[in-house]
Amino acid sequence: MTVVQIREESDIVRARTTAKEAARELGFGLVDQTRISTAVSELARNIFLYAGEGEVHIEELNNHHGIRVSFIDHGPGIEDVDLAMKDGWSSVRAMGKGLPGAKRLSDRMEIHTETGEGTTVTIEKWLSPSSKLRIASSPNPRGGPSLT
Amino acid sequence: MLGISSIPILKLRDFLIVSIQIDLHDRMAEQLQQDILEQISQTQAKGVLIDISALEMVDSFIGRILADTARMASTLDSEIVIVGMQPAVAITLIELGLSLGGVRTALNLDEGYELLQQTLEEKASEGQTSEEALAEEADDGGSD
Repeated sequence: MTVVQIREESDIVRARTTAKEAARELGFGLVDQTRISTAVSELARNIFLYAGEGEVHIEELNNHHGIRVSFIDHGPGIEDVDLAMKDGWSSVRAMGKGLPGAKRLSDRMEIHTETGEGTTVTIEKWLSPSSKLRIASSPNPRGGPSLT
Repeated sequence: MLGISSIPILKLRDFLIVSIQIDLHDRMAEQLQQDILEQISQTQAKGVLIDISALEMVDSFIGRILADTARMASTLDSEIVIVGMQPAVAITLIELGLSLGGVRTALNLDEGYELLQQTLEEKASEGQTSEEALAEEADDGGSD
């Protein structure tokens, strides 16, 4: 598991770059890598904007199944999750695309939040059967291009 | 011409050319917006080409900055064309739910340049037509 601390704005860039690299190594195609890094950018920014600081945990799901990224903060929490999931809703200068946008870019999203305690958002992106096949049939276990 | 964002803004005749070659963090994106608008005002550039072919992702923040910059530029009588968006970035932007409404885009710098010229010609002829219309109205007023 890779942990990226979010304390300042440039950490958002570090989180999305690290997640993209992890996704590439797991065998995700370019579009999925972009989906993952964009979702990570949105959610890492949420930590920075709403909680000030927190952590991003990037890990591989079992059996090359995909990637899981968790966004953990001890900020104020989300008072109304349904409202926060609505497109266009934002309590600060963000655009209100963060949560709903990240959900659309992921295969699964979970939010645990308690007012005054903090928020943990977890997203997962699964490798499609075709990309798993690519890994299985590739002599290179990372699924990279093979010269043979 | 280097702005404070340290992303070079080049002037070519009536146009400015900006190529974003680094992963932008939020404050840099805001600074670039300010630099572009300042350069438009200083050089009176009629159009700006922003090349984002090196950008590996555009999230809601950068998307908003680009869209806002285009709208602000048009209030300064300058047109912005975003060129070179990677297909994966375009797909992700739409899925994210972001529309770059009103922002002109082109596949590459060549096509962006053509589009800018075309837009400026159209603007010029529209300007002429409305001037003619005004002149005609004035004539009508005189004959009554």
